[in-house]
Amino acid sequence: MPIKILVTAKRVEDYESKIKVNAQGTGIVQEGLKYKINPFDEIGVEEALRLVAKHGGGEVVVVSIGTKDVHEQLRHALAMGATKAIWVNHTGPLDQMTVAGCLQKLIEKEKPHLAILGKQSIDDDQNQVGQYLAEWLGWSQATFASKEESLESEAEKTKQPALKLAADLSTITVVREVDGGLETVECTMPCVVTTDLRLNQPRYASLPGIMKAKSKPIEEHTPASLGVDGASKIAVTKMELPPARKAGIKVPDVAALVDKLKTEAKAL
Amino acid sequence: MSNVLIVVEAQPDGSLRKATLNALTAGAQIAAKTGGELHAVVLAKDAGPLANVVKEYGVKVVHAGSGAHLAQFTADAVAPAVAELAVAIKASYVGVAATQAGRDVMPRIAARLKAAMASEILSVVGSSAADLQFTRPMWAGAVIATVKLSTPIVCFSARTTEFPQAQKAGSGEVRAFTPAAPAKALQKVVSFKEVKSARPALTEARVVVSGGRGTKGDFKPIEGLADELGAAVGASRAVCDAGWQPNDLQVGQTGKVVAPQLYIAAGISGAIQHIAGMKGSKTIVAINKDGEAPIFQVADYGLVGDLFKALPELQAAVKAAK
Ligand SMILES: Cc1cc2nc3c(=O)[nH]c(=O)nc-3n(C[C@@H](O)[C@H](O)[C@H](O)COP(=O)(O)OP(=O)(O)OC[C@H]3O[C@@H](n4cnc5c(N)ncnc54)[C@H](O)[C@@H]3O)c2cc1C
Ligand SMILES: Cc1cc2nc3c(=O)[nH]c(=O)nc-3n(C[C@H](O)[C@H](O)[C@H](O)COP(=O)(O)OP(=O)(O)OC[C@H]3O[C@@H](n4cnc5c(N)ncnc54)[C@H](O)[C@@H]3O)c2cc1C
Repeated sequence: MPIKILVTAKRVEDYESKIKVNAQGTGIVQEGLKYKINPFDEIGVEEALRLVAKHGGGEVVVVSIGTKDVHEQLRHALAMGATKAIWVNHTGPLDQMTVAGCLQKLIEKEKPHLAILGKQSIDDDQNQVGQYLAEWLGWSQATFASKEESLESEAEKTKQPALKLAADLSTITVVREVDGGLETVECTMPCVVTTDLRLNQPRYASLPGIMKAKSKPIEEHTPASLGVDGASKIAVTKMELPPARKAGIKVPDVAALVDKLKTEAKAL
Repeated sequence: MSNVLIVVEAQPDGSLRKATLNALTAGAQIAAKTGGELHAVVLAKDAGPLANVVKEYGVKVVHAGSGAHLAQFTADAVAPAVAELAVAIKASYVGVAATQAGRDVMPRIAARLKAAMASEILSVVGSSAADLQFTRPMWAGAVIATVKLSTPIVCFSARTTEFPQAQKAGSGEVRAFTPAAPAKALQKVVSFKEVKSARPALTEARVVVSGGRGTKGDFKPIEGLADELGAAVGASRAVCDAGWQPNDLQVGQTGKVVAPQLYIAAGISGAIQHIAGMKGSKTIVAINKDGEAPIFQVADYGLVGDLFKALPELQAAVKAAK
């Protein structure tokens, strides 16, 4: 049965960027930063493409909320193989409730079977949007989706989806990363899944994919046009560097290390 | 009045998960600043026994919500039960420890309460309800942000390494209640593949020995030293991605956050995503054959060398010193 899946492409600083707080303590230094799709969202796009391939076709709708810059991340997802892109045009602070509210309205319009989000954005590391969305839609939630096979396994090499959808799409079975091990949950559909690192290894976009993505239309909305309150309920009042650790020393050998640990650190 | 409600987490065997005690301290700090009462809620098939344990830890009231639908700590069952209770007791703050279960359920509770949430809070600042703010890490801890949440109810998850465990202090009241079961369960746990280990839990251990890609998958020297020290074993993402060690052992921004007395990192380069999970450790030792590896910037004691030589030597020295 063809399936329709909604995924996201949040724009975040590349994980290798050096993040510095500005002199006023109001934000970060923008110069020299590179931007990418949130790594967890990229895993979500990959999983959606694999599910669609396995279930005989369907649609993958990708959404990003932000300024026009997010077109870059939408086109990245299109180049990977997503079929439709939606941009929610918004400038300025944006809290989890606004993001989840916009996604909720878009899901009510698009009516996908499933939504796959990232477990967290690697910029502000909140880990919230998927759960808010599931509650507001009244859907089941399967956070921290992973799989038992490693990223070096045969299942991964053959690009099998890790999420297991029932043939009639009534349930989805998800392996989750929980404290102490891996938990398998069976959720009723529709469901919001959030991805963890080991769900899959995202593909590289092909050159024809990249070319095709350039000319695909991008549907535009705003929080207001979706009927969502864009006012932020969270104010960041200050940003600062974490306390620095005091500089350490190099020891020449194991004997010196043991001595320091015993006499100085009293850690042994 | 700004009452505070902390959601209690149980271990698989039904006993108290220690992380809850750290969250209770965060809750007590908020209550002290806002003049509210500290409440806790236990949800289980039979919540009574655990509620009787929790009431000892400086809590005014422990709400014991029992029901067959609460046998599993699933977000769709927990969220309505906590949200209804929070409204009934006029809670202004609802919090949990930032464990995997806490991270899973709390945003769903917040959504039900139309409340904003701050994740992984590190401290509570301000002196009253009017100016209460939280600090929390962003960008893998490269930035500490102070945030003010302006919804009538505010939710949070507390980073366990930043709040000490609550101590026993008098005996609170236990109040039983019966949360309504949802019309239909949306999710059920069908199996749990536990990472069995005789070693202490990673997040509770006094000493952690972690290995990275430099081990090339051979964790024997790591495990040998860990066992000599009574330590937990940790790993970098590279190790877990390769399937060399269970995912549950990943330390970092997107894994476990630990702050033991002693953290030994061997064959780990020290990417910011890894450091985010261990830089709160009291003493950090790095063993790496590359003297320029960034891990040395956070290490108190750095040893440039081959881990396959250094770790067995260290193990022997620890043994000899016993
Ligand atoms: C410098 C800076 C300043 C900020 N200042 C403020 C502020 O003043 N007020 C404020 O309210 N917020 C502020 N934020 C946070 C805000 O921009 C967050 O992006 C927003 O709160 C969403 O939460 P999150 O990304 O942490 O969600 P998480 O819950 O960590 O994200 C999980 C998933 O949600 C989805 N998602 C999240 N955001 C988007 C998006 N934009 N488009 C598509 N999918 C998305 C993705 O699937 C993502 O993987 C600031 C952030 C930064 C980096
Ligand atoms: C979204 C995202 C989230 C992430 N989250 C995490 C996280 O939570 N935790 C985490 O750890 N990483 C995380 N990472 C990955 C992180 O960026 C690094 O890639 C990872 O930490 C590297 O692991 P490593 O240090 O083991 O490997 P490498 O960086 O390859 O380092 C191996 C080190 O071993 C040394 N070495 C080699 N042989 C020996 C020897 N015989 N003796 C001594 N030393 C030796 C080398 O000199 C090198 O420094 C994340 C990345 C992303 C994009």
